[in-house]
Amino acid sequence: MNVVVKQLTGLRDWVDDRFPLLQLWNDHMGRYYAPKNFNFWYYFGALSIVVLAIQIVTGIWLTMNYKPDAELAFASVEYIMRDVEWGWLIRYMHSTGASAFFIVVYLHMFRALLYGSYQKPRELLWVLGMFTYLALMAEAFLGYLLPWGQMSFWGAQVIISLFGAIPFIGDTLSLWIRGDFVVSDITLNRFFSLHVIAVPLAIVGLVFLHIIALHEVGSNNPDGVEIKKKKGEDGIPLDGIPFHPYYTVKDSVGVIVFLIFFAGVVFFAPEFGGWFLEANNFVPANSLVTPEHIVPVWYFTPFYAILRAVPDKLIGVLLMGAATNILFLLPWLDRSPVKSIRYRGPIFKTALTLFVISFVSLGYLGTQNPTVLMTWMARGFSVIYFGFFILMPFYSKMDSTKPVPDRVTD
Amino acid sequence: MSDNAVDVGRRRFLTGTTAVIGGLGAATASVPFIASFQPSAKAKAIGAPVAVDIGKLEPGQRITQKWRGQPVWIVRRTPAMLEALKAEDEGNLRDPSSQESDQPTFAVNPWRSSREEYLILVGLCTHLGCSPSFVPEPGGETLGESWIGGFFCPCHGSKFDLAGRVFKGVPAPKNLIVPPYRFETDTRVIIGENEGGAS
Repeated sequence: MNVVVKQLTGLRDWVDDRFPLLQLWNDHMGRYYAPKNFNFWYYFGALSIVVLAIQIVTGIWLTMNYKPDAELAFASVEYIMRDVEWGWLIRYMHSTGASAFFIVVYLHMFRALLYGSYQKPRELLWVLGMFTYLALMAEAFLGYLLPWGQMSFWGAQVIISLFGAIPFIGDTLSLWIRGDFVVSDITLNRFFSLHVIAVPLAIVGLVFLHIIALHEVGSNNPDGVEIKKKKGEDGIPLDGIPFHPYYTVKDSVGVIVFLIFFAGVVFFAPEFGGWFLEANNFVPANSLVTPEHIVPVWYFTPFYAILRAVPDKLIGVLLMGAATNILFLLPWLDRSPVKSIRYRGPIFKTALTLFVISFVSLGYLGTQNPTVLMTWMARGFSVIYFGFFILMPFYSKMDSTKPVPDRVTD
Repeated sequence: MSDNAVDVGRRRFLTGTTAVIGGLGAATASVPFIASFQPSAKAKAIGAPVAVDIGKLEPGQRITQKWRGQPVWIVRRTPAMLEALKAEDEGNLRDPSSQESDQPTFAVNPWRSSREEYLILVGLCTHLGCSPSFVPEPGGETLGESWIGGFFCPCHGSKFDLAGRVFKGVPAPKNLIVPPYRFETDTRVIIGENEGGAS
C-alpha cells in the first residue's frame, strides 16, 4: 500500500515539475474560496456543465450512426431509434439534454438577475455568459435541422429567412447561409458540420473563459456581499470556504437530484407532450407543404412571440434580435447601489416579477395560433419585456434599498 | 550611433508593416472559406425550367409543382373567384397594383397572371418563407367573416387574396412572387421561362 502511494505521489511530483498541476487544482478547486452561503440557485452553473458533458458524449455516439444527407437523415434517426443497440437511449438523452440545457441556463441567468451577479466587477463574466447563451441558441437551432422532419425543415426555413429581412444584403446573406435557393441537402450537411464541430468548440471555449473570469473576480452570493473585502489574517475571506470539498460535494447532491428528473423524462416522457420533441417532426421534411401549426421548440418561443407580434418584417426581426441582445447591456442598465434582491426595494421586485410573467407568457403565446387576441397579448407582454430593460436605469436608481450587511447572513 | 542602440522608429515601422501585410494575407486567406458557403455549381444547375400539364386541372383546384426546390402553385380560378377579386376593396391591400412586388411584367395587373383564369405563384410567404395554406372558401372559423378566400400563412398569420396580393396588417411585406412562366399550349405551361423565351 505504502509503495503504491509513494509511487503515485512520485508521479504527481514528476508531472508537477513539468506542468502546473497543483497550482491549477488549488486556484480553481482546493483553494478557490467561494462564499459559504450559496443556496439552491447556485446549482445551475454546475448543472449546465453536466448537461454540456451529456450533450458532448451522446452527440459523439449519435454521430456514429447519423447520416447528414437529405435522402438518408430522417431514416438514419429512425434507425438509431429502432435498430442501433441502446440508440433510443442515447438519442433521447441528447434530445432531452437540449431542453434540459435551456432549463438550467435560464435558471442560471435568473439567479444572476435575482442577486445582481452581473454587476461590477462581474460585467465581463456576464458578457461571456451571454456569448455562451447565444452560441447555445445557435447550437440548438443547427441541431434541430438534423432529424430532417417537417419542423426541422420549416423551422430552418423561417430562421434563415430572418436574415433576409436585413436591408440590401439580406437576400444574399440568406442564400449564403443556405448555400442553395431553399433549405436543402447542402444546408443540412453544413449545419451538421457546424453543429458537431464549430459551435461546440466555441461553447467549450466560452465556458472555459467564463469560469476563468469567475475565478478571477470571485463568486457573488445571495447577499451580494463581496467576501474578498473581509479577509482573515491568513488572507482567506472570512465568509469563504474552499470549493473543494465543500461545493464539489454539495453540487454532487444537486447533480444526483437533477439526474433523477432527467432520467424520468428520458425514460417516461421523452417527447414531453410535444414540448421537447414536436409531433410534426416525426413527419419527413417536405419542401412543398408547411405544417398547419408551426412553432419552434419552447426555449425559442418567447422571442418567436415577439417576432410575430410586430406587423412589420424588418422591425419584427430587429426586435427579436434586440430581445436577446439587450441582455448584454444589463450590467450597465442597472444603476442600483445594491446587488441582491434581498436589499432592493419594491420597484425592482415588481419589475422583476413582471419581467418573469411576460417572459413565460410570451413563451406560451409563441406556441399558440396567432389569433387577434393572442397577438395583442403578445404585444402587451413585449412592451413589458423591453420596459424591464429600457426603464431599468431609472427605476433601479430611484428604488429604495435596505442596508447591506458587511458579512454574509447565513 | 553605437551598434547596440535600438532604433525605435525603425522597429515600430517594421512591426507595423509586418502586421498590415500579415493581416492582408489572413484576410485574403479567409476568402475561399467564406466563398465556399456560396451555392455550388451543382446547386445552381438545378434551376432548370419545368413543364407542367394543366389539362386535368378543374376550376377551383390547385396543383403544386417543385421548381428550384420551391413549391410553385397553379390555381385555376373559377368565374366566381375572379368576380370576387374584381369586387375587392383595394384599400385593404398593401400593394394592390404590385408596384413593390416581384413578378414578370406580364403579371403586373389586378389578377397577377398572363391569363386571368390561371394563377401561378411561388408558394412561399414573402415574410419568412413558410408555404401558406390554400383557403379558397370565404368566411370560416379561424379566418373570420371578412375572409374572401385566398392564402393564409400558418406561421405568422399573413393573408393573401386569390391573386396572391398581401392584405394590410400582417407581417408579410410584399405580394407573393410570380415566377417566370409561359404557356406552351393551352394545357401545358413551362415554369422558369418567360413569355418570349428568356427566363
